[in-house]
Amino acid sequence: MQTGIERIAAAFATAAQQHRAALMPYLMGGFPDLATSQAIGEAYVDGGADLIELGVPFSDPLADGPVIHAAGTEALRNGATVAGVLDVGAALAPRVPVLAMCYANPIYRRGLEEFADALAERGIAGLIVPDLPFEEAPAVLAALDARGLALVPLVAPTTPDERLARIGARARGFLYTVSLTGTTGERAAVDGALHDVIARAARHTDVPVAVGFGIATPEQAAEAAAAGARGVIVGSRLVREATEADDPPAAVGRLVRGLAAALR
Amino acid sequence: MITSVEHRFGPYGGQYVPETLMPALAELERAWIDARTDAEFRSSLDVLLRDYAGRPTPLYLAERLSEAAGRSIYLKREDLLHTGAHKINNALGQALLAKRMGKRRIIAETGAGQHGVATATACALLDLECVVYMGTEDMRRQKPNVERMGLLGARVEPVDAGTRTLKEATSAAIRDWVTNVATTHYVIGSAVGPAPYPALVRDLQRVIGDEARAQLLEREHRLPARAIACVGGGSNAIGTFAAFYADRDVELVGVEAAGEGIESGRHGAPLTVGGPGGVLHGAFSAIMQDAEGQISEAHSISAGLDYPGTGPEHAWLRDSGRARYTAVTDEEALATFARTARLEGIIPALESAHALAFALKPAESDLDLVCLSGRGDKDLAEALARLGPLAGA
Repeated sequence: MQTGIERIAAAFATAAQQHRAALMPYLMGGFPDLATSQAIGEAYVDGGADLIELGVPFSDPLADGPVIHAAGTEALRNGATVAGVLDVGAALAPRVPVLAMCYANPIYRRGLEEFADALAERGIAGLIVPDLPFEEAPAVLAALDARGLALVPLVAPTTPDERLARIGARARGFLYTVSLTGTTGERAAVDGALHDVIARAARHTDVPVAVGFGIATPEQAAEAAAAGARGVIVGSRLVREATEADDPPAAVGRLVRGLAAALR
Repeated sequence: MITSVEHRFGPYGGQYVPETLMPALAELERAWIDARTDAEFRSSLDVLLRDYAGRPTPLYLAERLSEAAGRSIYLKREDLLHTGAHKINNALGQALLAKRMGKRRIIAETGAGQHGVATATACALLDLECVVYMGTEDMRRQKPNVERMGLLGARVEPVDAGTRTLKEATSAAIRDWVTNVATTHYVIGSAVGPAPYPALVRDLQRVIGDEARAQLLEREHRLPARAIACVGGGSNAIGTFAAFYADRDVELVGVEAAGEGIESGRHGAPLTVGGPGGVLHGAFSAIMQDAEGQISEAHSISAGLDYPGTGPEHAWLRDSGRARYTAVTDEEALATFARTARLEGIIPALESAHALAFALKPAESDLDLVCLSGRGDKDLAEALARLGPLAGA
């Protein structure tokens, strides 16, 4: 059986063979409720997602802009639990690799080993922790490495080269490259720093470089891929659609198909 | 020469922030290491603290409170500082540091408004742009401070998320910093947040304890039996305590907000309650959280103590046994607010009234030092509305 790290690598390799970047839509687990969020995730896969980033709602999401913050608040109000959200990941995991995106505190509260077990038991391939920089990561990295799961680190336009090298050397799965200096959310245009940050990230790691934050439209996704990203992450635009649409799975499915087409 | 500042206090502290901020934290740490030993910086700050803010503050023997308590109670009068609270010590220091780093835009969070006013004041003085994040519930409770900040040229950004108090204001300030980090310095108002902030804020507030210790030695030729201070994030307490770490006979007591009572769950007392530590606003510390690791909502009548986290050094002082932490209810604090006004002609901030309420309880001590961290002008409307049923008490 493949490890989580191997499944992620395979997903990027398949996309690369098809001469395209991998598409990784972000799903707010439990928004608006667990069942609907699972249906949205299925629609992502049907629409052409190569991997899924599954957000675990948190009360104080420091890296998130207003759309994802509000969706997380709503998910918690509607009773989403960490276990319930990870179960959504378990349901999607047979189809595509799923990476949980979870802030540090729910992980610490459960315990690092227990949290890693909870991911492994559900077939979730990896973990992204937006408030766990390199210096604080060793214990989580060890717990995930022991289970073959990927701790995916983030780098930002503000990250200097020598720090990028240290982060890149310890990256598992892929290197999550933040396209702009800011929180998650849609922007009118991709940031001018995009090309530079992708090129710098790629020079300092052996794993694929994926880009997120501020990528919303098919044109922006294509631009990120053209700039050298091997993976493109789209979050707030899809969560906003799920917030506004009468039939969220159908509506986000259409958007994901458009994004996937732009990357082909 | 010491070339670093503490990142950890025992297991507490650290830097749990988005990667985008990590280079800025490193830059701030380097700047502080450089500035704190730089004679010119020290001298600029000392002159401002003396001539502008009003340091040293008096150490006042509160005779009628002492009589009520049956022991000598000395008040360290931070309430007499310019802008009305100890917050100016930190705001002036950090604003000077920002200027030294070439950052012209300042952001801050505020609960009671005291830190916001102090930061707005420092920015007016030093010609820096100032944006203060404040929960809309706190803007209601502390309206005069909102108006003061506006008059001082700061922009107050209302924060409407969650309980609309200090926790959400802090989160909003951090998000601003993530976005504008190249041009902006975040003047955090308490001894919380990612390293180097807890150590930086303690260093800047330590003047409280250093002065009080020297003043008491001169007056009484002895040290206090207890040093008492209120704890929200814990900056006036850590500034008071730090001067006494080596004086093992001085008991250090931090007083948190018990709100409507610890057992009600509606409080702001993570140190008193105990429980597993957690990550909030960039540090691992004592926090209020549920079994899922979601941060709980705090409650206190005092906006400055209405916070579910606390400084990491306090969590370590508790675990190591060097300090102890207890909590005082809204009602006890309100009663002490009124009593101090009548007995001493001093209207304390509701935050400081928590420390005073504890000092007035029966104890073995013969001499207490209480940090009167701020004045209560800002609390008049809220306190008078609530004091109705207690009038005449």
